[in-house]
Amino acid sequence: MADFFLINSLILSILVLLCLYRVVYGPGVFNRLVGASVIGTKTLIILLLIGFLYGRVEMFIDISLVYALLNFIVTISAAKYFQRRGAM
Amino acid sequence: MTILAMVVISIGTFFFFTSTIGLLRFPDFYSRMHATGKGETLGVLLSLFGLALLSGWSFASLKILFIAAFIFITSPTATHALLRAAFDSKVKPWTKDGKMIREAEVRRK
Repeated sequence: MADFFLINSLILSILVLLCLYRVVYGPGVFNRLVGASVIGTKTLIILLLIGFLYGRVEMFIDISLVYALLNFIVTISAAKYFQRRGAM
Repeated sequence: MTILAMVVISIGTFFFFTSTIGLLRFPDFYSRMHATGKGETLGVLLSLFGLALLSGWSFASLKILFIAAFIFITSPTATHALLRAAFDSKVKPWTKDGKMIREAEVRRK
């Protein structure tokens, strides 16, 4: 059971590395924003899997809840900022 | 029950994989957003549902389902905000033959 969580979190972290490519090489600001928001949701699930791996589920659920809130707020504020500035 | 949860979580991981492929291979911003917006939301929902199944009838699974509901509401909203911002700052959509489509009138606030 624990191995299942470990394998899944490893797969997800490899996918995060792939998304990092889009964050670094994204042609414009908005491609980087997409990469950042995608990495944010992936780390949310990795966090929860680690919580299940260590058995301390309650604590990690609260952490991932806060992380989901922050990820949403960051994406919205970045979109609002770049809409005003019209960065290419 | 745990087998079902493991299957659901692996399907969620599969959707994460497809949305990452979409993020990397699609030609322009809009199609990438198209892929990740849906793929991420579905992947998160499935993984969270599988984890909630695993932790049974407890307060923890209630909170996990709350996170899933929260993500289900906010992820499309964030996608929409990003797309509106990109469209307003005139990010050109990709066209097969490279000719620009009719210049869409940009809603200036």
